[in-house]
Amino acid sequence: MTFNRKHLLGIRDLSAEEITHLLDTAETFRDVSRREIKKVPALRGRTVINLFFEASTRTRTSFEIAAKRLSADAVNISVSTSSVSKGETLLDTARNLEAMAPDCIVVRHSMAGAPHHLARMCNAPIVNAGDGSHEHPTQALLDALTIREHKGRIEGLNIAIIGDILHSRVARSNVYLLTTLGANVRVAGPGTMVPAEFAELVDQGLRVEQRIEDAIEGADVVMILRIQRERQDAAFFPSMREYAVHYGLHPSHLERASPDVIVMHPGPINRGIEISSEIADGSRSLILDQVTNGIAVRMAVLYLLARGNHSVPAEAGAKPPGSTGNGKKVRKGTKA
Amino acid sequence: MKLLVTNGYLIDPSQGLNTGKDLLIEEGRVTGVLDRGEPTPRDAEVFDATGLMVAPGFIDLHVHLREPGQEYKETIATGAAAAVAGGWTSICAMPNTDPVNDSPAVTRFILEQGERAGLANVFPIGALTKGSGGKELSEMGELKKAGIVAVSDDGRSVPNAGMMRRAMEYARGFDLTVVDHCQDHSLSAGGVMHEGRWSLILGLRGMPATAEEVDAVRDCALARLTSARVHLAHVSTRGSLEAVRRAKELGLRVTCEVAPHHWALTDEAVADYDTNMKMSPPLRSKDHVGALLDALRDGTIDAIATDHAPHHADEKGLEFDQAPFGIIGLETAVGLAFDLVHQGVISLERLVALCATNPARIFSLEGRGTLRPNSWGDITILDPEYQWTFDAAKSKSKSRNTPFDGRSFRGAAVATIVAGRVVYIHPEYQRITESKRSAASTK
Repeated sequence: MTFNRKHLLGIRDLSAEEITHLLDTAETFRDVSRREIKKVPALRGRTVINLFFEASTRTRTSFEIAAKRLSADAVNISVSTSSVSKGETLLDTARNLEAMAPDCIVVRHSMAGAPHHLARMCNAPIVNAGDGSHEHPTQALLDALTIREHKGRIEGLNIAIIGDILHSRVARSNVYLLTTLGANVRVAGPGTMVPAEFAELVDQGLRVEQRIEDAIEGADVVMILRIQRERQDAAFFPSMREYAVHYGLHPSHLERASPDVIVMHPGPINRGIEISSEIADGSRSLILDQVTNGIAVRMAVLYLLARGNHSVPAEAGAKPPGSTGNGKKVRKGTKA
Repeated sequence: MKLLVTNGYLIDPSQGLNTGKDLLIEEGRVTGVLDRGEPTPRDAEVFDATGLMVAPGFIDLHVHLREPGQEYKETIATGAAAAVAGGWTSICAMPNTDPVNDSPAVTRFILEQGERAGLANVFPIGALTKGSGGKELSEMGELKKAGIVAVSDDGRSVPNAGMMRRAMEYARGFDLTVVDHCQDHSLSAGGVMHEGRWSLILGLRGMPATAEEVDAVRDCALARLTSARVHLAHVSTRGSLEAVRRAKELGLRVTCEVAPHHWALTDEAVADYDTNMKMSPPLRSKDHVGALLDALRDGTIDAIATDHAPHHADEKGLEFDQAPFGIIGLETAVGLAFDLVHQGVISLERLVALCATNPARIFSLEGRGTLRPNSWGDITILDPEYQWTFDAAKSKSKSRNTPFDGRSFRGAAVATIVAGRVVYIHPEYQRITESKRSAASTK
């Protein structure tokens, strides 16, 4: 089984086999970060552009480190330093970058669908590093890798996702991934942020709960979402204080969960708001494991997309990573 | 100037006509519905409509022609050209131009540009409030004198029920129909598509059906209070249609129109973030589309109107959130309406009623929407079986923002006659009629 897609725009379209292949690949790359020399030549001579239209330290750094540990040349472009602020359209920015012949463009954008827009216009593979409230596929993959590492499986697990479901791309990608692999997912949060129709997102394996206690009941995994005030132009809840009291995760909540429950958070955390410090810093918390796994997952994604074999399947797997030379010459349509 | 439309099949719901007859137009007016073989003037130009349906000219109650102010999107001339190519003999231009059509000067300018183009009849709709700002009534009396056929603040529905009440009461004095784009902005603000399963999947901000319905219910209640003539533009939800159905049961002067994209597509079409699927009201879910088809069937819907809304490719090329709302629709509407006929949703007579008879009545367009003697010689010639494919690149509109590029249709308006003058013939029919015309002249 190989991963034959040109882009990674979301989890929704992926099959269980494709997801598992991505996770298995990530596992092989996890070791690289544990070595003294944290570098393999898999993407030597390839260029990865990190195009960030939205502020992000963690994800951008993670992609950058992933690219560098694969020996790719990584270039970061963030909104404050690019010409986007001069009124250049996304399209023109993309075309200019395209002219520089990158082997992969990693894009983060505040608007849903922006990576799809780029994918239509560019020859380079596009990795969605988070688009608006739509998807954040590498976050879901690193979450799954973390769960698999600690639980040995995804199938059959009870997983609670708590917080601002409506605006969360992390929640969406996780729901698709976890239900595709056979987990039972329950989501809960303030009524203004958990639309009832959310249950229709997938055919099975998803339940919408009104109370976070009901979602956490018997959970093997509790995922807490970050409250993103910057994504809201209207008040979806009365105050941070009220949120912390009624929707923040406290140690007492975990008594309802499975005895070996693990707690996750995509970061950065708002201490004492959506998660209490006791839990965030406690033994059940895997928040830092998630960060570590993020690099492995992004290495896998970049490796599978940027090595340039998506349009020349005959070469796939035929040669060891990094030995195919300049992929741009064999890739179709680069000059178009 | 005389035009004889021979060998066609006349469909005119205004006089219950559905029969094979010839039609004589003299000096721009219908002068006779003739039996086959009746003597006809020898000097009349002949349009042979063998195998075709002859209907009163179609009237589009809802178009955006962008002139004055946004001529890079469309001009009155290009819009009128697209109209006649799509079978519309008359188009009613919404006032959201720049400047807004809230003055007799702008109204007269639109009328003049329409006449200069010499294609479709262009009827301006005046602003309901000054600058469509929703605060002060427009000079409806002066506007009507200048030539408007209705009043509306389309696209920026009147946010305040009190203001809308006064506008209805005032418009009533001039027998002007008030057209409202129903949308409660406190519910829809920031939304870019229908709120539901697909907006959640795509992570796009939704506009709930309720945002439209709250205003539709409000307007029906105000129609009851004011006895005004109220026309709800492009209704798209089950609840809005229920409100209109109820209003009609109560005998209120409430009518409504539907835009073809609202029955032809669902919100699932947004899945690829194609900005040509972005319009307001948005494409709705299957359930709402089902309600729309029921309302087309049972008569709740009075008219088909395109909401033709041209936008430049640079604007539609932005991110989905940033791209403007709207699509062009003049050239595809009749084809999409024929889908309804072929699917058994409506009859051919009803199609003509929806596109001609009723629209003329809704805006009180004298001598339009009928083939009665002395009415205007505006004719739409239909071929229900004609198979064709829409090529956006060949559109007569200045803009290309259509979700129907490359779509195949069965049924079309193959010729358009305005005031007895053939202003459009489908290229293929051109060939046929010319050969017949030359044969007729040698007799």
